[in-house]
Amino acid sequence: MKCKEILDQLSEYIDGELAPELCQDLERHMEDCHPCLVFVNTLKKTITLYKYASSEPLPKEVHLRLHDYLKKKFQDG
Amino acid sequence: MDLSDQALVEKAKTGDYQAFEALVNRYEGKVYRLAMRMLRNQEDAEDALQEAFLQVYRGLKGFEGRSSFSTWLFRLATNVCLMKIRHRETEPAPLLPLEDYLPRHEEEHPYIQDWPDKPEEVLLNKESRQKMLQALERLPAEYRAVFILRDVEGFSNAETGEALGISVAAVKSRLHRARLTLRGMLSSYFEKMGNGGEKSSSSRGCEES
Repeated sequence: MKCKEILDQLSEYIDGELAPELCQDLERHMEDCHPCLVFVNTLKKTITLYKYASSEPLPKEVHLRLHDYLKKKFQDG
Repeated sequence: MDLSDQALVEKAKTGDYQAFEALVNRYEGKVYRLAMRMLRNQEDAEDALQEAFLQVYRGLKGFEGRSSFSTWLFRLATNVCLMKIRHRETEPAPLLPLEDYLPRHEEEHPYIQDWPDKPEEVLLNKESRQKMLQALERLPAEYRAVFILRDVEGFSNAETGEALGISVAAVKSRLHRARLTLRGMLSSYFEKMGNGGEKSSSSRGCEES
Protein backbone atom coordinates (compact mmCIF):
# COMPACT_ATOMS: atom_id res chain seq x y z
CA MET A 1 0.00 0.00 0.00
CA LYS A 2 1.27 3.43 -0.90
CA CYS A 3 0.77 6.61 1.07
CA LYS A 4 -1.59 8.02 -1.53
CA GLU A 5 -3.80 4.94 -1.40
CA ILE A 6 -3.92 5.18 2.36
CA LEU A 7 -5.34 8.65 2.10
CA ASP A 8 -8.50 7.50 0.33
CA GLN A 9 -9.29 4.98 3.04
CA LEU A 10 -8.68 7.09 6.09
CA SER A 11 -12.21 8.16 6.89
CA GLU A 12 -13.47 4.61 6.67
CA TYR A 13 -10.54 3.54 8.80
CA ILE A 14 -11.32 6.12 11.47
CA ASP A 15 -14.99 5.20 11.44
CA GLY A 16 -14.20 1.50 11.74
CA GLU A 17 -15.87 0.77 8.41
CA LEU A 18 -12.87 -0.63 6.61
CA ALA A 19 -12.74 -4.32 5.72
CA PRO A 20 -10.46 -6.16 8.19
CA GLU A 21 -7.82 -7.09 5.58
CA LEU A 22 -7.54 -3.52 4.31
CA CYS A 23 -7.44 -2.26 7.84
CA GLN A 24 -4.54 -4.52 8.67
CA ASP A 25 -2.68 -3.51 5.50
CA LEU A 26 -3.14 0.07 6.50
CA GLU A 27 -1.88 -0.44 10.02
CA ARG A 28 1.10 -2.39 8.75
CA HIS A 29 1.89 0.53 6.48
CA MET A 30 1.66 2.98 9.35
CA GLU A 31 4.05 0.98 11.49
CA ASP A 32 6.75 1.82 8.97
CA CYS A 33 5.49 5.18 7.80
CA HIS A 34 5.54 7.83 10.45
CA PRO A 35 4.10 10.58 8.20
CA CYS A 36 0.97 8.52 7.55
CA LEU A 37 0.58 7.79 11.25
CA VAL A 38 0.84 11.48 12.02
CA PHE A 39 -1.66 12.20 9.28
CA VAL A 40 -4.23 9.82 10.76
CA ASN A 41 -3.71 11.17 14.23
CA THR A 42 -4.09 14.79 13.19
CA LEU A 43 -7.17 13.91 11.15
CA LYS A 44 -8.71 12.30 14.22
CA LYS A 45 -7.68 15.30 16.28
CA THR A 46 -9.46 17.60 13.82
CA ILE A 47 -12.70 15.70 14.36
CA THR A 48 -12.43 15.59 18.15
CA LEU A 49 -11.57 19.26 18.32
CA TYR A 50 -14.70 20.19 16.40
CA LYS A 51 -16.77 17.95 18.64
CA TYR A 52 -15.30 19.52 21.73
CA ALA A 53 -15.58 23.07 20.48
CA SER A 54 -19.24 22.94 19.68
CA SER A 55 -20.95 23.68 22.91
CA GLU A 56 -22.07 27.27 22.87
CA PRO A 57 -25.38 27.48 24.69
CA LEU A 58 -28.58 28.88 23.27
CA PRO A 59 -28.81 32.51 24.42
CA LYS A 60 -31.74 33.03 26.77
CA GLU A 61 -33.21 35.85 24.69
CA VAL A 62 -33.09 33.70 21.54
CA HIS A 63 -34.98 31.00 23.40
CA LEU A 64 -37.60 33.48 24.59
CA ARG A 65 -38.06 35.06 21.16
CA LEU A 66 -38.43 31.63 19.57
CA HIS A 67 -41.19 30.66 21.98
CA ASP A 68 -42.95 33.99 21.56
CA TYR A 69 -42.72 33.70 17.79
CA LEU A 70 -44.17 30.19 17.73
CA LYS A 71 -46.89 31.00 20.22
CA LYS A 72 -47.98 33.91 18.07
CA LYS A 73 -48.06 31.72 14.96
CA PHE A 74 -50.05 29.16 16.91
CA GLN A 75 -52.57 31.74 18.07
CA ASP A 76 -52.89 33.12 14.54
CA GLY A 77 -53.76 29.59 13.48
CA MET B 1 -40.66 10.91 33.57
CA ASP B 2 -39.90 12.57 30.24
CA LEU B 3 -42.09 11.50 27.37
CA SER B 4 -40.43 10.11 24.27
CA ASP B 5 -40.26 12.24 21.12
CA GLN B 6 -42.81 9.98 19.53
CA ALA B 7 -45.28 10.37 22.41
CA LEU B 8 -44.88 14.15 22.30
CA VAL B 9 -45.33 14.17 18.53
CA GLU B 10 -48.57 12.22 18.87
CA LYS B 11 -49.88 14.65 21.48
CA ALA B 12 -48.76 17.68 19.46
CA LYS B 13 -50.55 16.32 16.40
CA THR B 14 -53.83 16.43 18.29
CA GLY B 15 -53.28 20.14 18.97
CA ASP B 16 -51.55 19.88 22.34
CA TYR B 17 -49.41 22.99 22.19
CA GLN B 18 -47.54 22.16 25.40
CA ALA B 19 -46.34 18.92 23.85
CA PHE B 20 -45.06 20.88 20.86
CA GLU B 21 -43.29 23.30 23.20
CA ALA B 22 -41.69 20.39 24.99
CA LEU B 23 -40.25 19.23 21.67
CA VAL B 24 -38.99 22.73 20.97
CA ASN B 25 -37.35 22.86 24.39
CA ARG B 26 -35.72 19.53 23.80
CA TYR B 27 -34.15 20.42 20.46
CA GLU B 28 -33.82 24.20 20.21
CA GLY B 29 -30.25 24.19 21.52
CA LYS B 30 -29.10 21.62 18.99
CA VAL B 31 -30.86 23.28 16.10
CA TYR B 32 -29.42 26.64 17.06
CA ARG B 33 -25.94 25.19 17.24
CA LEU B 34 -26.36 23.62 13.84
CA ALA B 35 -27.58 26.92 12.41
CA MET B 36 -24.72 28.86 14.00
CA ARG B 37 -22.23 26.49 12.47
CA MET B 38 -23.89 26.56 9.09
CA LEU B 39 -24.52 30.29 8.96
CA ARG B 40 -21.89 31.78 11.29
CA ASN B 41 -24.06 34.68 12.21
CA GLN B 42 -26.35 34.98 15.19
CA GLU B 43 -29.09 36.88 13.43
CA ASP B 44 -29.33 34.41 10.54
CA ALA B 45 -29.10 31.47 12.92
CA GLU B 46 -31.99 32.82 14.96
CA ASP B 47 -34.05 33.32 11.81
CA ALA B 48 -33.30 29.79 10.71
CA LEU B 49 -34.20 28.44 14.15
CA GLN B 50 -37.60 30.14 14.05
CA GLU B 51 -38.25 29.12 10.47
CA ALA B 52 -37.29 25.49 11.13
CA PHE B 53 -39.61 25.11 14.12
CA LEU B 54 -42.41 26.88 12.29
CA GLN B 55 -42.02 24.32 9.50
CA VAL B 56 -42.07 21.56 12.08
CA TYR B 57 -45.22 22.96 13.60
CA ARG B 58 -46.94 23.25 10.23
CA GLY B 59 -45.68 19.88 9.01
CA LEU B 60 -46.47 17.85 12.11
CA LYS B 61 -49.86 16.65 10.90
CA GLY B 62 -48.27 15.18 7.79
CA PHE B 63 -45.32 13.68 9.65
CA GLU B 64 -45.77 9.94 9.48
CA GLY B 65 -42.79 8.89 11.50
CA ARG B 66 -40.99 7.03 8.74
CA SER B 67 -37.81 8.63 10.05
CA SER B 68 -37.30 9.66 13.63
CA PHE B 69 -38.56 13.05 14.71
CA SER B 70 -35.03 14.32 15.23
CA THR B 71 -33.88 13.26 11.75
CA TRP B 72 -36.89 14.96 10.23
CA LEU B 73 -36.30 18.10 12.30
CA PHE B 74 -32.65 18.29 11.33
CA ARG B 75 -33.51 17.76 7.70
CA LEU B 76 -35.88 20.73 7.81
CA ALA B 77 -33.37 22.82 9.74
CA THR B 78 -30.48 21.96 7.44
CA ASN B 79 -32.53 22.82 4.40
CA VAL B 80 -33.57 26.15 5.89
CA CYS B 81 -29.87 26.91 6.40
CA LEU B 82 -28.93 25.79 2.90
CA MET B 83 -31.67 27.99 1.42
CA LYS B 84 -30.32 30.97 3.32
CA ILE B 85 -26.83 30.22 2.12
CA ARG B 86 -27.98 30.03 -1.50
CA HIS B 87 -29.25 33.57 -1.20
CA ARG B 88 -25.90 34.85 -0.04
CA GLU B 89 -23.28 36.22 -2.34
CA THR B 90 -20.25 35.60 -0.22
CA GLU B 91 -20.45 31.83 0.12
CA PRO B 92 -17.54 29.74 -1.12
CA ALA B 93 -17.88 28.10 -4.53
CA PRO B 94 -19.40 24.64 -4.31
CA LEU B 95 -16.23 23.02 -5.56
CA LEU B 96 -13.76 21.86 -3.01
CA PRO B 97 -10.12 22.17 -4.13
CA LEU B 98 -9.08 19.40 -1.80
CA GLU B 99 -5.69 19.02 -3.41
CA ASP B 100 -4.68 22.40 -2.03
CA TYR B 101 -5.02 21.02 1.47
CA LEU B 102 -3.26 17.70 1.18
CA PRO B 103 0.30 17.30 2.41
CA ARG B 104 3.11 17.79 -0.06
CA HIS B 105 4.68 14.57 -1.18
CA GLU B 106 8.41 14.28 -1.09
CA GLU B 107 9.27 11.26 -3.15
CA GLU B 108 7.18 8.43 -1.71
CA HIS B 109 6.11 9.87 1.60
CA PRO B 110 4.02 12.89 2.46
CA TYR B 111 5.78 15.69 4.27
CA ILE B 112 3.95 16.23 7.48
CA GLN B 113 4.48 17.68 10.93
CA ASP B 114 2.74 16.56 14.07
CA TRP B 115 0.41 18.72 16.14
CA PRO B 116 1.18 19.28 19.79
CA ASP B 117 0.32 16.27 21.87
CA LYS B 118 -1.95 18.09 24.25
CA PRO B 119 -5.50 17.48 25.39
CA GLU B 120 -8.36 19.14 23.54
CA GLU B 121 -9.11 21.62 26.29
CA VAL B 122 -5.54 22.93 26.04
CA LEU B 123 -5.62 23.17 22.26
CA LEU B 124 -8.94 24.95 22.28
CA ASN B 125 -8.68 28.61 23.07
CA LYS B 126 -10.34 31.70 21.71
CA GLU B 127 -7.93 31.98 18.82
CA SER B 128 -8.00 28.33 17.79
CA ARG B 129 -11.80 28.23 17.98
CA GLN B 130 -11.89 31.23 15.70
CA LYS B 131 -9.53 29.51 13.24
CA MET B 132 -11.71 26.41 13.30
CA LEU B 133 -14.86 28.37 12.61
CA GLN B 134 -13.19 30.22 9.76
CA ALA B 135 -12.05 26.93 8.26
CA LEU B 136 -15.56 25.50 8.54
CA GLU B 137 -16.93 28.60 6.90
CA ARG B 138 -14.65 28.11 3.93
CA LEU B 139 -16.11 24.70 3.18
CA PRO B 140 -18.84 24.64 0.56
CA ALA B 141 -22.23 24.47 2.28
CA GLU B 142 -23.02 20.91 1.20
CA TYR B 143 -19.78 19.64 2.70
CA ARG B 144 -20.17 21.74 5.80
CA ALA B 145 -23.64 20.30 6.39
CA VAL B 146 -22.39 16.72 6.13
CA PHE B 147 -19.48 17.38 8.46
CA ILE B 148 -21.66 19.07 11.06
CA LEU B 149 -24.39 16.45 11.07
CA ARG B 150 -22.07 13.49 10.96
CA ASP B 151 -19.06 14.50 13.04
CA VAL B 152 -20.34 17.24 15.31
CA GLU B 153 -23.92 16.09 15.92
CA GLY B 154 -23.08 12.41 15.72
CA PHE B 155 -25.65 11.34 13.10
CA SER B 156 -25.01 8.04 11.32
CA ASN B 157 -24.20 7.98 7.59
CA ALA B 158 -27.75 6.88 6.87
CA GLU B 159 -29.36 9.58 9.02
CA THR B 160 -27.14 12.25 7.48
CA GLY B 161 -28.05 11.04 4.00
CA GLU B 162 -31.71 11.07 4.88
CA ALA B 163 -31.51 14.55 6.37
CA LEU B 164 -29.80 15.93 3.27
CA GLY B 165 -31.55 13.84 0.66
CA ILE B 166 -28.32 12.26 -0.61
CA SER B 167 -27.01 8.70 -0.76
CA VAL B 168 -24.82 7.14 1.91
CA ALA B 169 -22.02 6.95 -0.66
CA ALA B 170 -22.30 10.71 -1.21
CA VAL B 171 -22.28 11.29 2.55
CA LYS B 172 -19.11 9.28 2.93
CA SER B 173 -17.32 10.94 0.07
CA ARG B 174 -18.25 14.47 1.17
CA LEU B 175 -17.39 13.69 4.76
CA HIS B 176 -13.99 12.40 3.77
CA ARG B 177 -13.20 15.47 1.69
CA ALA B 178 -14.51 17.80 4.36
CA ARG B 179 -12.39 16.18 7.06
CA LEU B 180 -9.23 16.19 4.94
CA THR B 181 -9.79 19.80 3.97
CA LEU B 182 -10.41 20.98 7.52
CA ARG B 183 -7.33 19.15 8.73
CA GLY B 184 -5.32 20.76 5.94
CA MET B 185 -6.66 24.24 6.66
CA LEU B 186 -5.83 23.94 10.34
CA SER B 187 -2.55 22.11 10.14
CA SER B 188 -0.17 25.04 9.82
CA TYR B 189 -1.86 26.72 12.77
CA PHE B 190 -1.73 23.71 15.09
CA GLU B 191 1.77 22.67 13.99
CA LYS B 192 3.04 26.04 15.12
CA MET B 193 1.22 25.90 18.42
CA GLY B 194 4.34 24.72 20.19
CA ASN B 195 5.20 21.09 20.00
CA GLY B 196 6.61 19.19 22.92
CA GLY B 197 8.35 16.96 20.41
CA GLU B 198 6.67 13.82 21.63
CA LYS B 199 5.77 11.35 18.97
CA SER B 200 2.11 10.58 18.81
CA SER B 201 1.22 7.11 19.86
CA SER B 202 0.04 4.47 17.45
CA SER B 203 -3.66 4.01 17.19
CA ARG B 204 -5.15 0.67 16.38
CA GLY B 205 -8.65 0.04 15.24
CA CYS B 206 -8.82 -3.11 13.09
CA GLU B 207 -11.27 -5.81 13.89
CA GLU B 208 -9.92 -9.30 13.95
CA SER B 209 -10.45 -10.95 10.61
